[in-house]
Amino acid sequence: MAFLKEYISEVYHAVSSLLKGMRTTGSYFVRPKEIITQQYPDNRADMKIPERFRGEVVMTHDENNEHACTGCTACELACPNATIKIVTKFDTTPEGKKKKALDTFVYHLELCTMCNLCVEACPTSAIKMAQTFEHSVYDRNQLLKKLNNPGSKLRAGVE
Amino acid sequence: METYKVPPNGGDEGLDTADDGALVINVGPQHPATHGVLHLVITLQGETIQKIEPHLGYIHRSIEKMCESLSYRQFIYVTSRMDYLSAHINNHGCALCVEKGLQLEVPPRAQVIRVLMGELTRIASHELWWGAMAMDLGAFTPFFYAFRERETINDIMEETCGARLTMNYMVPGGVMYDLHPNFQQRVKDFIQLFNNKIDEYDDLVTGNIIFQNRTKGVGVLSAADAISYGCTGPVARGSGVACDIRKLYPYAVYDKVAFDEIIETAGDSYARYLVRVKELRQSVRIIEQLIDNIPEGDFQAKTKAVLKLPKGEFYSRVETARGEFGVYIVSEGGTTPYRIKFRSPGFSNLSALDHMSRGSKIGDLMAIMGTLDLVIPDIDR
Repeated sequence: MAFLKEYISEVYHAVSSLLKGMRTTGSYFVRPKEIITQQYPDNRADMKIPERFRGEVVMTHDENNEHACTGCTACELACPNATIKIVTKFDTTPEGKKKKALDTFVYHLELCTMCNLCVEACPTSAIKMAQTFEHSVYDRNQLLKKLNNPGSKLRAGVE
Repeated sequence: METYKVPPNGGDEGLDTADDGALVINVGPQHPATHGVLHLVITLQGETIQKIEPHLGYIHRSIEKMCESLSYRQFIYVTSRMDYLSAHINNHGCALCVEKGLQLEVPPRAQVIRVLMGELTRIASHELWWGAMAMDLGAFTPFFYAFRERETINDIMEETCGARLTMNYMVPGGVMYDLHPNFQQRVKDFIQLFNNKIDEYDDLVTGNIIFQNRTKGVGVLSAADAISYGCTGPVARGSGVACDIRKLYPYAVYDKVAFDEIIETAGDSYARYLVRVKELRQSVRIIEQLIDNIPEGDFQAKTKAVLKLPKGEFYSRVETARGEFGVYIVSEGGTTPYRIKFRSPGFSNLSALDHMSRGSKIGDLMAIMGTLDLVIPDIDR
């Protein structure tokens, strides 16, 4: 008799534990507000990306097509993956002196791990992280980028 | 010239069948239940497991060797790629070791931020484990519930740290940037939501009779064995070993917050499950104590542009979601370490798998492996 009682109580507890779980799942039918699925890529237009999100390194240019990069290679040294290569040239100042300046800022997006160490290292805040994240392309060469705009030059006053 | 003849068993001597009729099967390296590239060679007698031999190295990236050519600022980001579910805590351990070498005082604000981030990471990691564990045992709904709450943490991380998984937020001397203005409010909202959800988890899985029958008494690990295999974290605490680094060797502000070290004594899969689910509540408790008491001040100590550790050996340890994570740096006085060794919790926990599952049925293997909470890149490095 004791065996039967134990058996019935075991079955009762088993069924009740299953029903308890079903109740939790079933209750979501009546509170659809808690469903958080985002319909990407349909929601691209109103998608919010936080301003600190690290998508890729970009160089900021102002309206005069001037940037703040002096070509000091601090970012190149800070990068753990050799993502950045700075090519410098010598400009001639009005006084006739030769001055080192940035020629090309080469950025390998395919090697970048978005660790932000280059942005931290930059003494003139010339580069920053952009919020773009859709980086897939058909050809690997398209991931090799030149960050300074063609014809751009150093902003006056930045040393 | 002697010609090579293919032996009758295909060349794999003693791999397919043993003399006593035992069957040798391979689980992995590409198997959905191993959650990564883990290769297990299992010797079966009927349905009973005789022996398990884990084969490692499929995702070995020689991170320790790589670190030898990186500076003390640069090497921290690599450790996010080891135990990617505890990325913050791994980075914290590395930052602590460098700070120990530099004898650098970390500002109180940075210490609190680090603990807050660490505990959020722990919740996210245990959430993912909870979903994956229930999925291994056949329940698919918990996986979605777990990921829903984890998504909220990922959004918080994205807003403050700039990335969702491999944040690289810890730097020697503090954290990379200050907290986002929305951080406190969003964490409070999350805690409020999450407290109800843990009860939901208990209803759904912890009390479920099928789940209990599949995990109770399965994969028993005694306290003595847990110590001799070097198990740490929830695996050892499920066997009754007090090994929480946050209690034993407190770092950051863990000695100033009140929380319980969860210890279960049964040593089976269900005990390990309970430890992790109860740790969720303890992590919430730590966050609740700190979120309103973040001290004002600097978030980063002033450091030189080029860090040089003095000649010597430095070791620091932290408690990740999986157990003890140790960083051992040998410095020759230069800008890069001479040698770095990482003590990862997953490797030691995996070594106990053979002992735990001998004599069990093969169906129980997933219940045992699930509660070990293996992250394969952490094992291989």
